[in-house]
Formats: sequence, C-alpha cells, structure tokens
Amino acid sequence: MSVPFYVSPEQLMKDKADYARKGIARGRAVVVVAHAGGIAFVSENASRALHKISEIYDRVAFAAVGKYNEFENLRVAGVRYADVRGYSYDRSDVTARGLANAYAQTLGAIFTTESKPYEVELVVAEVGRSPETDQIYRLTYDGSVADEHGYVAMGGSAEQITAKLADRWHPGLSLEQALRLAVEALGSDAAAEAAGGGPRAIAPDQLEVAVLDRARERRTFRRLGAGTLAQLLAAPGAASAPAAGEQQPGPDTPPER
Amino acid sequence: MSSHLHGDPSGRLPAAFLRPGSSSFTDFVREYSPDLLPSSRRLPGSAASGMPTGGPGAGQPPHATTIVALVFADGVVMAGDRRATAGPMIAQRDIQKVFQTDEHSCAGIAGTAGLAVEMVRLFQVELEHFEKLEGALMSFEGKANRLSAMIRGNLGMALQGLAVVPLFAGYDLDAGRGRIVGYDITGGRSEEHEHHTVGSGSLFARGALKKLYRPGMDEAATVRVALEALWDAADDDSATGGPDLLRKIWPVVAVVTADGFRRVGDEELEPVVEALVAGRRGNPGGNPGITGAGAGTQQSQEA
Repeated sequence: MSVPFYVSPEQLMKDKADYARKGIARGRAVVVVAHAGGIAFVSENASRALHKISEIYDRVAFAAVGKYNEFENLRVAGVRYADVRGYSYDRSDVTARGLANAYAQTLGAIFTTESKPYEVELVVAEVGRSPETDQIYRLTYDGSVADEHGYVAMGGSAEQITAKLADRWHPGLSLEQALRLAVEALGSDAAAEAAGGGPRAIAPDQLEVAVLDRARERRTFRRLGAGTLAQLLAAPGAASAPAAGEQQPGPDTPPER
Repeated sequence: MSSHLHGDPSGRLPAAFLRPGSSSFTDFVREYSPDLLPSSRRLPGSAASGMPTGGPGAGQPPHATTIVALVFADGVVMAGDRRATAGPMIAQRDIQKVFQTDEHSCAGIAGTAGLAVEMVRLFQVELEHFEKLEGALMSFEGKANRLSAMIRGNLGMALQGLAVVPLFAGYDLDAGRGRIVGYDITGGRSEEHEHHTVGSGSLFARGALKKLYRPGMDEAATVRVALEALWDAADDDSATGGPDLLRKIWPVVAVVTADGFRRVGDEELEPVVEALVAGRRGNPGGNPGITGAGAGTQQSQEA
C-alpha cells in the first residue's frame, strides 16, 4: 500500500515560484524607460521577427521576457482584448490599467491552478498626455502587479540593470538620453560585471527598440530601426542638432493627422 | 452586450482570447461575440416595408452619396461630398464619407450611412488587428478581399434596400503605385484604372472625370479635378452637396502616397474651392482646360 505523497502548500508555491524565476532569469533583459517625449522599450534581441515588444493599442504597449510561446499567447490575448473593447466601446476606453488587471487575474489563475506556471514577466505601459500621467505596470509570473515609476528592467541580470537605472534615471530625459541610458544599462549585466571592464557595447542591429511617442496622434507606437537607432545613440554633442529632425516620422510611420 | 467583456467573473482573460487562432478580428469576434458583428444581424421580415410615417424623410435611414477616386503620379486621391440625405431631406451637412483605413489605404462610402460607417470601422480594426498580430502589413489585395467579404456579409440587408457600396483605394507598396477597387452590393470587386466614382451623383462625376482626368497629373491638379467632378455631381444630383461656402464646409479629400495617408486640410482646400467657384461664375460648366499643361501652376496662381 502506497502512502499518499504530501507536499505542503508553502513548499508547492515556493517550488513553482523558483521554477518560474529560473526560467525568466535565463533570458535576455528588457528595459522600459519613461522620458519627456514618451516611453521607450529597449531589448537585446537579434531576431527581427520574434518580438519581445509589441503594440497593443493606440497608447498602450507590451514588453515581455521569458518563454516566447507563453508571452506571445498573452500578447495576442491582449491585442484581442484591446481591439474588442475599443470596437465595442470607444478607442479611448482601452487603458493599460484594465489590461494589466486582466493579465494579473490570468497569470494568478494559471499560477495557482496549473501544474506549470508561466515563465514570463510583462510590462504593460500607457503613454499619457503628459509625463505625469504615464503608467507603467509590471506583472510577474504569479499575477502580482507593481505600478512602476520611470523605469523597469526585467529578465536576466535584472538586479544589476535596475541598479544602474536607479542610479542614472531622472525625470525629463530626452529620447536620446533615455535610449543611451537603456543601452548602457542593458550592457551592465552580470556577464559584463564578471568581466570587470564596464558595460558591454551592444550594436544597434542587436537591439529591438520601440517607443510610445507622446507627440503622435492615434497610434503612438513605432519601432526604431537600426539606422535611426544608430543616429539617436550617437555621441551626445552630435545628437542635439538632428534631434528635431529625428522626431519627424520616417517613411514607415504615418504623418500626423 | 456585457457578455463579451465580463464573460469571466474572475476578471481573467476569457479562454477564447488565449486560444491560438486566426489573425482576423472578424473571425475572432464571430466566434467570441457574434452580436458585435453587423453581418450576424438580421432584419425582422417586414421592417423595410413598414417604415414609420412622419414628415418627409422620416423613417428612412440617412443615405450617403458621391465619392470619387483618381490615380495620380504619386498615389491616389479620394474625395467625397459632405451631404447625407433621408428621402428628400438633408439629414446631415457635414458627414464624413472618406476614411483612413490604415497607413496606406482609405475607403469612401456610398449607401446607407449607418451601416457603411460601421462597416468601415470594422474594416479599420480588421486591418490594424492583423498588422499587430502578424507584425506585418496586409497586402493591398488582401485588404481589398477583406472588404469584399464584409460587403457580401451585408447582402441580406442590401436586398432589403439597405445597401452599402464602398470604394477602396490606396497605395500598393509592393506594386509601387496607387490603386482603386470598386465593389457591387454582392461584394464583387473590380480594379479600376485611372479613376472611379460611386454613389447617386457618380454618373455626373464620372462624366466630368472623363473629360478632366489626365494620366500622370500632380497632386494639386488631381485634387482640383476631384473637386470639379464633385461639383458637377452636386450640380445635377440633389443628394450630393457642393462645397458649402456659407458654412465653410469643404469636401473631405484624402491623398495616399508611399509616405502614407494624408487628409487635405480645410485651409489648403479653401483656395482651391474658391478658384473653382470663380472659374465657374458665368460659366457653370467649368473650364475643360484646367488640367492642361501647367494646371498646378495655374491653380497656385489662382490660390
């Protein structure tokens, strides 16, 4: 006769949490930085097709780390949620807060009821009319939500990267400053620390970068290609002159209406 | 109505949202909450015949009228008048009938205004939804076919007198040129070269376009020709409104090029409309020479 195998709830939850945390820490990090002109999302991602950063709706974007199939599933659900809501009510009724709540409930339910938790961490951000009204929500594998201000780092080496951001971030950064800070922070990961030679350099074509641009009407999300990015990341002195020009929509971005 | 957003009392995303499936918004909503889709609605059998009585036009849904679209050197121009009619009454003087549908396309509507506006709204979401889920733009053919399917979904209504006939135009990034697609009420589509018109005033507008259109015109000349054609439609069709000089209501004019969609601003249109009116004073048929060589310069002089 076999004795039923007992695991205490504390142990069960702890095991699940450890499992999810390990999975998340294996991947590369994503950094979200608020700045004067909007919210920037920066990730080290060599793939042009498998995005970690995505548009959800007019003023709402999504960033994730962890297992691709799991966060892709949540991303698709988020786009569906936003589009159904925007279509049946109004475009202005789609908010990051509503979506963050739905994600939190979903992740929480999966964490407690399924045998395998989602190994993901998400940011849902909404760009406001002014920097004070920007909203950044960070969601973890167990469904907990944190309302973040200014910056978030998640994924591998998140602690080191967050420390760097905490040290250097301040309100009112320009887009160029925010991107430079984000790239430098991404380069200050555990590997760079172990090597001891300061932040690693990351080439623009190894980065996936997108912004929610406060100045744009309707769909504010746009991706920044390697070319634009290289210009924006150029030396601080050189960046001040073309700054106005870079705000102009490129050929792939819609003109203001 | 509440079923589609509050289906799960726990507040978590409904299971349907997390299920892998199509990138089409319409397909998704048809499974998840079909009451949101216009095509799943059915009129009660006698609704069309049993219109309520009242003053002139009472009980008749507002009708939208003339749209013109023209291909030009850099893309395509679409323009629509601003009048909606309910029977003999003017239902609205400033209705918008030309809409941006995505970055490189636009649609103009003729027919039952309420249904048409709803169809365009669904079409806009359809294109945006695909773009977000796939991370890629839908092809021009793909967009034209999606719209076709939506018109076909309205066939039941159309046969009861509530037809919607859009005109679709845009810049085909693959082909590198402006394109126009016309439809009939069954969703049948036909690609139109050079120019096309729909709506009650389309006959007159088409006549004007035949005489005024020249291949390879620049944007300014094309906008002028579109406005001339709308004027001719308004001149002979009571359901098409001309530019309203008293209220300063100008036609909605959209230009789509490789750079994207642009709605021509009122301040930009005002001098063009005034030049047009000046040119027709004492000469109501207009001057057939306006698109001759240097039409753009002539117009800017007039402006």
